[in-house]
Amino acid sequence: MEKRNNVWANVDWITISIYLAMMIIGWINIYAAVYNEEHKSIFDFTQQYGKQLMWIGAAIFIAVLMINTDSKFFVSFAFPIYIVIILILMLVPFIGTVINGAKSWIRIGDFLLQPSEFMKMATSLALARYISSYNFKIHSFKSLVTLGGIILLPVGLIFLQNDTGSAIVFGVFLLVLYREGLNGIVLFFSFLIALVFIFTMVLDPLVTVLILTAAAFLVNHLIKKKLQRTLIAVGVFTGIFAILWLINYLVQGSVDPLYFLLAAAIISSAIFFIWAMVIRKRSLAILIGIYLGSVLFAVSVDYVFHNIMEQHQRDRINELLGIQSDLHGAGYHVNQSKIAIGSGGFFGKGFLQGTQTKFDFVPEQSTDFIFCTVGEEWGFLGTVTVIGLFLGLLIRLIFLAERNRSKFSRVYGYCVATILFFHFAVNIGMTIGLAPVIGIPLPFFSYGGSSLWSFTLLLFVFIRLDASRFEQLSY
Amino acid sequence: MDTFSKRKFIIAGIMLLIGAIFIIRLFTIQITNKTYKQFATRNVLRKIITFPARGLIYDRNNELMVYNKAAYDLMLIPREVKSFDTTELCRIVQLDRMELRESIKKAKQYSYYKPSIVAGQISPDIYAPLQEKLYKYPGFFVQSRTLREYPSKSAAQALGFVGEVNQRIIESDSYYRSGDYIGVSGLEKAYEKELRGIKGITKSMVDVHNRIKGKYNEGLEDTTAILGQNLMTGLDASLEAYAELLMTNKRGAIVAIEPATGEIILMVSAPSYDPNVLVGRQRSTNYSILDRDSLNKPMWNRAIIGRYPPGSTFKLANALIALQEHAISPFDRFSCSGKGSKPISCTHPHVSPLAIREGIRESCNSFFWNTFRSIINNKKNPADGYQAWRDYITSFGFGTKLNPELSSEVKGNIPEVALYDKWYTPGHWNAMTIRSLAIGQGEIEATPLQMANMCALIANRGYYIEPHIVKAIQDTNRVYRELKFEKKVVDIAQEHFNTVIGGMEAVIAETRLQFTVKQDSFIVCGKTGTVQNPHGADHSAFVGFAPRDNPKIAIVVFIENAGFGATYAAPIAGMLIEKYMNDSIAPKRKELEQRLIETNLLNVVEVKKKL
Repeated sequence: MEKRNNVWANVDWITISIYLAMMIIGWINIYAAVYNEEHKSIFDFTQQYGKQLMWIGAAIFIAVLMINTDSKFFVSFAFPIYIVIILILMLVPFIGTVINGAKSWIRIGDFLLQPSEFMKMATSLALARYISSYNFKIHSFKSLVTLGGIILLPVGLIFLQNDTGSAIVFGVFLLVLYREGLNGIVLFFSFLIALVFIFTMVLDPLVTVLILTAAAFLVNHLIKKKLQRTLIAVGVFTGIFAILWLINYLVQGSVDPLYFLLAAAIISSAIFFIWAMVIRKRSLAILIGIYLGSVLFAVSVDYVFHNIMEQHQRDRINELLGIQSDLHGAGYHVNQSKIAIGSGGFFGKGFLQGTQTKFDFVPEQSTDFIFCTVGEEWGFLGTVTVIGLFLGLLIRLIFLAERNRSKFSRVYGYCVATILFFHFAVNIGMTIGLAPVIGIPLPFFSYGGSSLWSFTLLLFVFIRLDASRFEQLSY
Repeated sequence: MDTFSKRKFIIAGIMLLIGAIFIIRLFTIQITNKTYKQFATRNVLRKIITFPARGLIYDRNNELMVYNKAAYDLMLIPREVKSFDTTELCRIVQLDRMELRESIKKAKQYSYYKPSIVAGQISPDIYAPLQEKLYKYPGFFVQSRTLREYPSKSAAQALGFVGEVNQRIIESDSYYRSGDYIGVSGLEKAYEKELRGIKGITKSMVDVHNRIKGKYNEGLEDTTAILGQNLMTGLDASLEAYAELLMTNKRGAIVAIEPATGEIILMVSAPSYDPNVLVGRQRSTNYSILDRDSLNKPMWNRAIIGRYPPGSTFKLANALIALQEHAISPFDRFSCSGKGSKPISCTHPHVSPLAIREGIRESCNSFFWNTFRSIINNKKNPADGYQAWRDYITSFGFGTKLNPELSSEVKGNIPEVALYDKWYTPGHWNAMTIRSLAIGQGEIEATPLQMANMCALIANRGYYIEPHIVKAIQDTNRVYRELKFEKKVVDIAQEHFNTVIGGMEAVIAETRLQFTVKQDSFIVCGKTGTVQNPHGADHSAFVGFAPRDNPKIAIVVFIENAGFGATYAAPIAGMLIEKYMNDSIAPKRKELEQRLIETNLLNVVEVKKKL
């Protein structure tokens, strides 16, 4: 009894308050997004807001349950939980139900559960357990392979279920590994590769190569701060390009300008690289290496995409990046989403006064695009409040993670913070046209039992762990 | 101990950076950029226009001449169209697929945001199934409106017709939008502003599937449609129909005026058409058929645009002027040598010498040559004499537009002194030079309406009221507003009218018209005209009024290429007068009536007419 009181006294009420605030605000916006004159009652369980009220009740139950669970349970059962959910995920292709083209749901009675949502928590537990083990050295070959396995196994399974959005979330664990000592270069390169990939797919390789070239010159200039040399370098590059283009023009060839750019990039890189070796400037050589690598990566991504991949694979990637999910021409959904948010102005149109979301101009207005309702009905004040709540929660979680002496708790806390961050960044980013349209929910806001419960589980396991920060967590 | 602890700042920094980027982005789209608000309004706002029923047109006996029937237009907003089952839509609306494609293309050319008509004037039985399926076709909606219906099927040219507005009208008048109707001719055009009423606008909010979700701005900006105003005319619908029956297979015009009020009782232009053919979906086909009939020109209103020499009917005017100017006296006699008369030969032998009463009765060219010469020579020089004559003639309404309503009316022509000065040089022309005017030929041109007006002026013994079709307008509150028309008095003494009327009475009572026009119960006065036509056979003309005292109707009948006025124009006028006065035709005249109806005068002569 005394111990239990102790737990409730040690839980972080700030986090819980933010959590409750988000759920309530989220529910209000779901109510507005799908508001129906004929079903005004908030307890009308035929409507999404009635159901969401049930999900919220269940979520609070889960939260209380987690806080009443012994924290040692999570440490001890981290791997078993991971393995059980992996097994369930493996079963999904056989017993799953297809919703929106993704066979990632399991039907239990009237409820639909999405195991991939719970996989985030299980993977976080497993990562925390493995990283906090004795003799863990992040840069040992064995560790890297094990970490890669823990992360990539669920990613692979979820990919197979056609739920690419959820799979991509696992990439955010790189931030956790970075916190635990992974070389920053890995993070840098991952980021660079992702960026080059997205740019190549969304824009086009020619533009990507031009951006990379400009970026390389800029970085070089910022390091060296010698304008004359930068200008000479730019001159060499454009000179080579111009000569090639002129030759093509004179012989009236019809070569794609991309190839001239590529040739110019390779030739000038070679020249600068030799020069860097001569004057023994290692940093310049590295920069050139990164540059050339990125350029070749961009071009090969484009080549592989267009010449090697099958159509259905291309569709998958296009869908992932929100390029082809659009039935009414480029950016229709994102444009409608921006119209909804933009029309809210500073104070918003007021509760239930939104027209764009309520009248279905915005797709998925209660789930993935719930932020549109916030923007339309509550305006800039509402959107800033929601962003403020998220940033507050994220910073608070990092603070909590850092104050735990237990490495397990800290790693797990970072997992929670980064997963929430990724959802926040991609979900809100897509509604305002800053991120590709990847269908992932906004935590605690979007309609849906699975996502609400899994995020509650994810968060409250950490709140429970944090409540035990003064205990020695042993295993 | 934890060497990587400071990395928490980098991770937290990344999060805060993303948050900051979001806030900046939201600031720009929610506060700086105002276009999203407009887009949002455009997304949900649907203006639905309710068209008021167009005003009705009544005849002098309060019988409906024009009313409305319900119809529906299928409208389209190109921007909102999603791909749909064209075959099904075509089947419901009974439209050809090519037609549908063509209208969609036209709609896109007009505007992506403004509605255009895809299929106009859908009947109620097509409308019902269409309305049910409409949810399947975002971008399409139905607008109800009314179509004209003409129960008496007559007076097509006078009533005119309505048609879709063209681009020029849309650009010059903001009231009209693509697909709206406007009066194109006749009364429909003249009283467009009264008839059309005021459109009502309902602003509704629609969802992405174009379903109406509620009122916009709580309906504060909505306006209700205001009914068009009704026109009360002086036309007699049944007489009009009867006149058109008599004019079957004839080319010409009839105008009848109530002398005391100036109300136009009849305005017939033959050949005519059933005004109902210019309504509904067959309108454009029928329109081009009528428009291309270059021989009969059924859409021309000859009553107001036909420019004819008035012929012998004009002798009445000359007689009045001569008497008023004391150029002749009622007792002056002139001799006539029949066909051998100089300078104008007379058409037939008759008593000679003869005074004005017989002169009118016999329509003696010699008599009127002398009369006209007396008028011209009554002043110091022929030019002054002519000018005095011309002043009288124009005061009769010739050479000017009489009717304030119908914009297509022509002025006709009464030459000015300057014209003859130009032709013959000043001082080198005299009565002899312009002698054709003595018998209503030559340069003068008059419309049937002007001739009828002259007749009303004689019937009134000295004045006329501006001839008009619409006498009152019934406004939205069903209150009548009587229209005012100017009374124009001519400077001719009443006794001279009585003299001339005496001659007109003799025309009916003492010539062969006593068998075709003369009535038992009242006295008819009239004058025939056989109008020489440089382009073909003579026109048959008649002006007359009845009863002699307290006249009720003044009429002109003008039939192209029909020969002697006494043969066709006068009997037809007689029938109409009888019908108007007695409501029926006496049995003894039924045979004549039948003959008149059956006579075909359309192909009398091969002519190249210029009206």
